[in-house]
Amino acid sequence: MSGSVSPIREPLITGQKTYHQITEDICSPTERTPTVAWTIAFILAVAGLATFVFCVLWTIWFGIGTWNLNRTINWGWDITNFVWWVGIGHAGTLISAILLLFRQRWRTGVNRAAEAMTIFAVICAGQFPLIHMGRLWLAFFIFPYPNTRGPLWVNFNSPLLWDVFAISTYFTVSLLFWYTGLVPDFATVRDRAKGLRRRLYNVLSFGWTGSAKHWQRWESLSLVLAGLATPLVLSVHTIVSFDFATSIIPGWHTTIFPPYFVAGAIFSGFAMVQTLMLITRKVLKLEDYITLEHIESMNKVIVLTGTIVGVAYLTELFISWYSGYIYEQFAFYNRLMGPYFWSYIGMMFCNVLSPQVFWWRSMRRNITVTFVMSIFVNIGMWFERFVIIATTLARDYLPTSWSYYTPTWVEIGIFVGTLGLFSTLFLLFIRVAPAVAVAEIKSILKDGGDQYTGMEVAKKMETEKKEAAH
Amino acid sequence: MRKLNKDVLYGLYEDEHDLLVAIRSARSEKLDIWDVFTPFPVHGLEGAMGLTESRLHITGFIYGMIGTLVAFLGMTWVFTRDWPIIFGGKPYFSAPAFIPITFELTVLFASVGMVVTFYTICGMGPGILNPTLDDRITDDKFCLAFDTTNADETQVNQLTSFLESSGASEISSKNI
Repeated sequence: MSGSVSPIREPLITGQKTYHQITEDICSPTERTPTVAWTIAFILAVAGLATFVFCVLWTIWFGIGTWNLNRTINWGWDITNFVWWVGIGHAGTLISAILLLFRQRWRTGVNRAAEAMTIFAVICAGQFPLIHMGRLWLAFFIFPYPNTRGPLWVNFNSPLLWDVFAISTYFTVSLLFWYTGLVPDFATVRDRAKGLRRRLYNVLSFGWTGSAKHWQRWESLSLVLAGLATPLVLSVHTIVSFDFATSIIPGWHTTIFPPYFVAGAIFSGFAMVQTLMLITRKVLKLEDYITLEHIESMNKVIVLTGTIVGVAYLTELFISWYSGYIYEQFAFYNRLMGPYFWSYIGMMFCNVLSPQVFWWRSMRRNITVTFVMSIFVNIGMWFERFVIIATTLARDYLPTSWSYYTPTWVEIGIFVGTLGLFSTLFLLFIRVAPAVAVAEIKSILKDGGDQYTGMEVAKKMETEKKEAAH
Repeated sequence: MRKLNKDVLYGLYEDEHDLLVAIRSARSEKLDIWDVFTPFPVHGLEGAMGLTESRLHITGFIYGMIGTLVAFLGMTWVFTRDWPIIFGGKPYFSAPAFIPITFELTVLFASVGMVVTFYTICGMGPGILNPTLDDRITDDKFCLAFDTTNADETQVNQLTSFLESSGASEISSKNI
């Protein structure tokens, strides 16, 4: 047997797999008739998607007045949902790019699905600024193109325009990165398929042959794209935080926002990856590829980023007091004691306190705890954005304009609808594409397979050595 | 399907280690390898085959620089020449505010350019179908192929016996 055996490294692929079994295990879910569970989930998801379409059409037809936004609170659920979805969309690129640069081998088990999740989350996020514009049919005005109005250009100094560039660049690069990784795997599916399916995958696989030179270029491309995506992923949520930080509203105008937003984005993104992975590995029977080791690694990232977010919350509170600036002090007093105190408490509990259970190894490796925690974090991070947006706006400089905001059914419908949109896309993805990167899993088999590494192998080698000595 | 009009003699190996050994001995015997096909990127393959380093990353740098210049010079032209507007009392040429978009377009140009270049030089793209030797190459077989279009019988026999002796589990030929 070639390959180095390390007894310290836990195996990343269990079940004594061969290359062919890996292909079989990962590709076969795309070849079988959909299961009952998938079909029910898909019907629910499409129902959610229909809700989304209905509520968006309602908004466009009757106008933004169908939302409960007012002159004081002009950003509500729409921008909260936008930031929430963009944040979720950070984990995929983080896993595939940053962990590739750090040579974290466990990323291969989850990167494909996480990248898909990223792309779908960014699609959901993109809906909100568009419909929030009110006149959706003029949305193309946000792009700088030579027009007949002067040409009158967009404001390149505005963080809202930076957002347009950041999100569209992020979406494009993530899509290219994801698809380039998928091409060899589509070729694997193609070479197993017959008839109409073969024709479909002929198109999807771009004519991949597996030639040595192509693999060499493919690896070079993946590495450079990872290198580019790493600062990109950090820049995207930094720029999203500029939407707030460059304003002069107390509670928003803080320099801590970029790192705080990025940590929060990674935190919420990993939580969503956990939610999806725990279901996917069970339904598609991928427990040998997405092992407890993977789940534990992601839980470590969650406890780290959750703690960073917690430190940021406390720093904000301290600095508002220490600044001696009464408007800033009031903004934070208002978060704790104001009309939206419940969302602040929810945020603190879900994001800072509850993830601390992951300091215990048994908790990190407990699937039920992980699943519940991933939902908690998703809720907590939604609250965080709501706290930042609605709480701050509800109490502005002029007490006569103070207001309170609750969403209408249209706003709730749009949010629930994006969950439907997201689930529809994800369910289609796991039907069409291998949910785990087949080629990349094969390339780590001899380092990460349980017949090559781990305590069991080490013990076996030890006894063999002793026998040889006798 | 594209036609290369090549006669190819190839052997399939069961393990990447056998393939690497076979490639090294083929090169030491001065046999001209046409191509090697693997189901995943095999570590050490480029070294064994003596492939030169890919220059794709250099193109990425050039595309990125084009992006930087387009973004920065474009915004400068718009705000100082084409339609100068004062925003918040800042100068027309407010370079720090141009940095985020300049960065994003650098990344965008580099990524899109590199991906397009990659597919173009590999002869791949949506709807393109390149000839393959065996369906199991994308599954678990490692393939070493020789071009025998202009080879005479003795050369073919020599190559076949090389594949046999180097541990190929299957040997066939195909016109692609």
